[in-house]
Amino acid sequence: MNQLKKYLGIVWILLGPAAIYYLVKTAAAEVSKNPVIDTKIQWGVFVIIFIPIAIGMMIFGYYALQGEYDHLPESSSEIND
Amino acid sequence: MKQPNQSKGIWKVIGASSVGTLIEWYDFYIFGSLATVIANQFFPKTNPTAALLSTLATFAAGFIVRPFGALVFGRLGDLIGRKYTFLLTLVLMGGSTFAIGLVPGYETIGFAAPIIVLILRLLQGLALGGEYGGAATYVAEHAPENKRGYFTSWIQTTATLGLFVSLGVILLTRHSLDPDLPTSIKKFNDWGWRIPFLVSILLVIVSIYIRMKMKESPLFAKLKSEGKVSVNPLKESFGHRTNLKMVLLALFGATMGQGVVWYTGQFYAQSFIENVCKVDFDQSRTMIIWAIVFATPFFVVFGAWSDKVGRKWIMMTGMLLAIFSYRPIYKQFMELTNVAEMQKTLLASADAPVVKRNLGPNQSDSLVTTSIIKTLNNGISFKEVNVDTLYSATPGQVGKATTSYVEKKLDNNTYWKFVGLIFLQIIFVTMVYGPIAAFLVELFPTKIRYTSMSLPYHIGNGVFGGLTPFIATLLTTMHTSDKLVGLWYPIIIAAVCLVIGTLYVSNKIDPNVND
Repeated sequence: MNQLKKYLGIVWILLGPAAIYYLVKTAAAEVSKNPVIDTKIQWGVFVIIFIPIAIGMMIFGYYALQGEYDHLPESSSEIND
Repeated sequence: MKQPNQSKGIWKVIGASSVGTLIEWYDFYIFGSLATVIANQFFPKTNPTAALLSTLATFAAGFIVRPFGALVFGRLGDLIGRKYTFLLTLVLMGGSTFAIGLVPGYETIGFAAPIIVLILRLLQGLALGGEYGGAATYVAEHAPENKRGYFTSWIQTTATLGLFVSLGVILLTRHSLDPDLPTSIKKFNDWGWRIPFLVSILLVIVSIYIRMKMKESPLFAKLKSEGKVSVNPLKESFGHRTNLKMVLLALFGATMGQGVVWYTGQFYAQSFIENVCKVDFDQSRTMIIWAIVFATPFFVVFGAWSDKVGRKWIMMTGMLLAIFSYRPIYKQFMELTNVAEMQKTLLASADAPVVKRNLGPNQSDSLVTTSIIKTLNNGISFKEVNVDTLYSATPGQVGKATTSYVEKKLDNNTYWKFVGLIFLQIIFVTMVYGPIAAFLVELFPTKIRYTSMSLPYHIGNGVFGGLTPFIATLLTTMHTSDKLVGLWYPIIIAAVCLVIGTLYVSNKIDPNVND
């Protein structure tokens, strides 16, 4: 199971840039299709909000690949260390 | 010091936390429930779609700032205490809601109106971002360890009850402004919509009074007396790799899926029934109310059950069921209201057509709209609106003829089928949402708990969940041929969360949250 969790880390890492690419591509297409302020604001907000989350997904994947989730902390002392 | 391992007084704690949280959700939901009415008041009327989208964007703005509220108030909660922090969020939320009820419309003060509303909406979002973490933490830190899921699940009911109360107040106001219903509705759309906003101040005053009487969380008070309160909760929550990895796990393995399941079941369902299925305003709201009434006890059922079998599998099962049920459920919604097909075999009667003829600017263009109220054998009635081809005086310009079916009033049988289908969706909500407060509380240490759990919760709920109706509606405008395309957003997000949660989240209940 731990091996699977590690290998899937690569998927989560790749999911980050894939999501950013799809998001930016769709945003650009939608804005060029209807270049009014409403469309720009909507898609601008999506891009700004979801990019940090996608980066978070990459960090999560990196941690998974590093085996950080092989063992989850069982007490707060493990987190505080 | 007295340890919180006994349930004496816990109901008082739950009551005080729940009342405030319920009112905060009420405040937050009335805006969403009145989106179309508010669009007419605060946004330019030239383009109704733009007005509605603008309102939804304003609505979405309230969700997007929630993570920032989580950071600001989570930090405060870990620094100065749970009690005072969520007292502050309550005042902020109540004040903003009351103020929205006072803002003059676009016709009176122009663009200042939508700007003020947007600012107040942002304040609401910030306050809500600080509320839930405080309430859940406060209750969990008072609850006995073997009943943490059970007691915190009462807090989970408040969001749904907030929606329930908001829908109830709206319907009541809408019907009580005049003995004649159409006149009452007209008055409501004109100025009566302000009443639910203004009423909230009374509720807020009551809950402030109740919360003022609360004592600080015993665990936080203990930390404070020992001088162990975190100096920099933000740094400790997100700067330490060991804690950050748990924050990310909470987000991608639990709250992200929970958020989309919640907002699909309780918000997108209503939006879909009203805007796609064109079900009558009152019916679309009362069916949500019934479904909520029947499903709400299940928050407590699943919360309590999670104390016995663990939190993880209940939440994951809720997501799994949602993923596989959404498309069949929404397909049913469409089939049950497909009056265009039904009238071919079931048409019982049709009223005399009402014809309206609108002349174009040069008095030679014409637009003829014919409305007919029809009733089917199965009891469903609806209005068929035919817009004739528009012939313009300008050569080559011809408008397209359209037929639409609106104001559908469902028969008893279909109505209850709808209630059942919404109920099912809210059951999924209770599965993913009932155990989550206890799950999040157990994931993080006391001194940075408020901050650490608030951020993933509000990104999951506020950003992923709160944007669900908006993104789903947007998808239907991008891919117009498939009316169910909007469901792919919650399905994909919940599916990713299900895989991550299943593989990476532990089902073990942490008995000790005192550390």
